[in-house]
Amino acid sequence: MRCTRCREHAVIELRRHNAAFCADCFQGVFRNQVARAIDEYDMIETDDRILVAVSGGKDSLALWDVLLEAGYHADGLYLGLGIGGYSDRSHELTSAFAEQRGASLRTIDLATEQGFDIPLAGRKGARSSCAVCGLSKRYLFNRAALEGGYDVVATGHNLDDEAATLLGNTLRWNVDYIARQSPVLPAADGLVRKVKPLHRLAELETAAYAFLRGIEYVVEECPLVAGNTQLRYKESMNAIEARSPGAKTQFFLGYLDRGMPIFRTAREEVALTACARCGQPTTGTFCAFCRARAQILGERLTPAPARDDPRELAGELSDDVLPDEIYGARVDAR
Amino acid sequence: MKVVLRNPDREIDVVGDRLVREVLTELAIDPDTVLVIRSGELLTRHDRVRDVDRLEVRPVISGGAG
Repeated sequence: MRCTRCREHAVIELRRHNAAFCADCFQGVFRNQVARAIDEYDMIETDDRILVAVSGGKDSLALWDVLLEAGYHADGLYLGLGIGGYSDRSHELTSAFAEQRGASLRTIDLATEQGFDIPLAGRKGARSSCAVCGLSKRYLFNRAALEGGYDVVATGHNLDDEAATLLGNTLRWNVDYIARQSPVLPAADGLVRKVKPLHRLAELETAAYAFLRGIEYVVEECPLVAGNTQLRYKESMNAIEARSPGAKTQFFLGYLDRGMPIFRTAREEVALTACARCGQPTTGTFCAFCRARAQILGERLTPAPARDDPRELAGELSDDVLPDEIYGARVDAR
Repeated sequence: MKVVLRNPDREIDVVGDRLVREVLTELAIDPDTVLVIRSGELLTRHDRVRDVDRLEVRPVISGGAG
């Protein structure tokens, strides 16, 4: 099989594009897709400080690599989830990546900072471990970005992630979640801008890019993820894609082009207030993270001491919540 | 031919001297969900593998968020 562009030997076939590429041309195509995503949604300005949420997996390390290669100021943030050897290997590979590229990596340990890890959350919490994991990441990445003065948080969500999320929300007709699913979530009071520059790229493509770039990433699956809802939706989408190449692309990118504008007209604005414990934006009295944390630790939620200026409170605590109601366009695993 | 499968890691023997596509079909694996690696190089489903080869079939699906 020959490269569609240069006729050299192809190393990857992209059936959804009816094309195949050699290693060099594929990396060019991949970078162009990221650049197109950034440009199309005004995700990142040239002088922005980017905080990349890195897990040690193929997607986030591929994203960090592309952003660094493109000359962006991109620092990494790794969240230690406490999932035994899986977390140890993830951290080790993320640290090695940062060291090889001379990039800055910050590590936050969930247990040290918040008093629980993900396995404990799975045993004690009302939510699944995957749901608490996602919630914790949204909360702590945003908080770290605020504290560090970053302009934007970039995550490695790919086309398969986004298509599976859209499928899950469509099956349930979660209209508000559908309306909020977007490659860019703009900054708001207490919320840093959040972008997904890999949303045009399939999982096969991010894995191939990471491999061709010599990036060592965690291949093993998280031991807690077996049977999660997101995986089942991905398998369903893959079954459709196998018979109809391009179906995933048409489903998600078609939604962005033609569905999202319609859903957004029906979207109800939500009034945000400050979480009574941590001060971050929420639609309720306490934010989703504070509620989950209290439930896992068996603590009673109590409001923080009163301050004169609520805006000052939010700024000082920056114990930010990315509430499900705002950034929660993901399908929680059950 | 040796084939290394992941999650969990294991090694199996299959017949070689045929196309990658045929090997994946025998293993009931969708070609769009794996990287097929031989001696540090990616193969497409149209490449031919030999009996003496050793392949890694690496899944690309992840359940988490990047």
